[in-house]
Amino acid sequence: MSDHLFEYLCRMGDNTLVLGHRVSEWCGHAPVLEEDIALANTALDLIGQTTLWLDLAGEVEGAGRNADKLAFHRDVWDFRNLLLVEQPNGDFGQTMMRQFLFDAWHLGQLKALMDSSNAQVAAIAEKSSKEVTYHLERARDTVIGLGDGTEESHARMQAALNKLWPYVGEMFVSDDVDAALVAGGIAPDPASLRPAYDALVSDVFLAATLEKPQDDFAHKGGKSGKRHSEHLGHILTQMQWLQRAYPDATW
Amino acid sequence: MYAQMIKSTGDGVKSLDEMEPQERAFQERINAGGKIEPKDWMPEGYRKNLIRQIGQHAHSEIVGQLPEGNWITRAPTLERKAILLAKVQDEAGHGLYLYCAAETLGVSRDQLTRDLLSGKMKYSSIFNYPTLTWADMGAVGWLVDGAAIMNQVPLQRTSYGPYARAMVRICKEESFHQRQGYDIMMKMAKGTPAQKKMAQDALDRFWGPALMMFGPSDENSVHSAQSMAWKIKMNSNDELRQKFVDECVPQAEYLGLTVPDPDLKWNDERGHYDFTQPDWDEFFDVLKGNGPCNTERLEARNKAWDDGAWVREGLMAHAAKKRAAKLAAE
Repeated sequence: MSDHLFEYLCRMGDNTLVLGHRVSEWCGHAPVLEEDIALANTALDLIGQTTLWLDLAGEVEGAGRNADKLAFHRDVWDFRNLLLVEQPNGDFGQTMMRQFLFDAWHLGQLKALMDSSNAQVAAIAEKSSKEVTYHLERARDTVIGLGDGTEESHARMQAALNKLWPYVGEMFVSDDVDAALVAGGIAPDPASLRPAYDALVSDVFLAATLEKPQDDFAHKGGKSGKRHSEHLGHILTQMQWLQRAYPDATW
Repeated sequence: MYAQMIKSTGDGVKSLDEMEPQERAFQERINAGGKIEPKDWMPEGYRKNLIRQIGQHAHSEIVGQLPEGNWITRAPTLERKAILLAKVQDEAGHGLYLYCAAETLGVSRDQLTRDLLSGKMKYSSIFNYPTLTWADMGAVGWLVDGAAIMNQVPLQRTSYGPYARAMVRICKEESFHQRQGYDIMMKMAKGTPAQKKMAQDALDRFWGPALMMFGPSDENSVHSAQSMAWKIKMNSNDELRQKFVDECVPQAEYLGLTVPDPDLKWNDERGHYDFTQPDWDEFFDVLKGNGPCNTERLEARNKAWDDGAWVREGLMAHAAKKRAAKLAAE
């Protein structure tokens, strides 16, 4: 069980780490000052959550690794984040669409984890869910505002949705890790989150006048670590450069 | 100091006897330590000066996100990354309070933004220097925020109410910023030889530009005299620069770092350190747009604004549709 739990915690922590990294790339470049503040705030929450998940992962693993060690000293094949979160920022619309598609899953996931049989998992989920409630609210409002804004903003949001939709399915795929955690009462069955997710995103797309793509094809390989996109390697060259160039330093 | 070289009316300071009754009442209120509020009468020069000063300060906060944002994706630990994110977020927030304070004087944030992007309004020269290593995050917090605090603490008592109140909030956060910068420097200076070298290099590169933040000597400036009479400038540039040097030298000594000034020495008679003036030719070059990063900084801000146009227009259009729907329903 501890191997599976370690794997699961890395999935949670790597999602927030990689998405936090992507969102923080916006710093100082947002369309309006309020968005600079909101993006930095979202990234900050995600990095905080990363520390909680990956510290717990290190503790469960019992090999002396902490969150920093896991974040900065693993290579691409060790990362367990969804392909969705490593996708490039694109324009602001693509960034916010990625955020919305992730947050809608993330909040459902965290709410289910609040009932986890593992008290530490439940506690992290509870703390994170407060922050993610706000992330979802903001992402939802932005997707609706831009989808139902001007002709140009609508076209950009539809393009972002079309581009990112193939990365949604991976969130609901089960494997042995999920099965073991479901059996232990630690985590929900990923497929069980899908109906509520579909209902939520459909409502938002309706309000945003966006059309959900018909094809539900799903790219996979991030969560299992079997095949990430090329983007993750570039993220790591930046994120881990200092730690690897000066391995004997403490900061 | 995020506002440098603010030009005021330049007419020289009038005595109370030379003033019309309205202006005299205004000046007497300031002399007595009272606050001027947005709806109060004020001389046009006071209003214009404040707009320039608060606007420049706000722009500095906004452009100041860039040199620090440069290291967020490369921060060495999750904790350092979170702290840096929080700090840059604070700075954007300071920009927001300051633009709001400026708006109470009858200028819109959009207008101020246009003036920044066109190069008509300036921001602090310090943000035209590059951040090259992680130690620069330490040096920026320690020296740049440290220099800013020297100016901003007295501005909490400035005569214009909204500006003074914005400064109270800003100062609380700035002192946290300075401490986190010094904390980075402590780790670096007491770390590996490579880290210590990075720390010394950062001090070498930021010392002069930090001294320049206070602006050139303003002993004989009529502009400064008027600003001081209006209490929108509380101390002379030289006074603040000296205070900054006096405070930083022992801090550098504690770190085991060398301030890059061979003539720096304690003067018992003055009770202050004697120090070498920074390179003022370089300062004027940077103000003219020839600093190492002027072009990149303004380009980045212009690109953010231009790329974001469709977002602002989209959200405004949606808000207008919602308002119209609400009206139709009533």
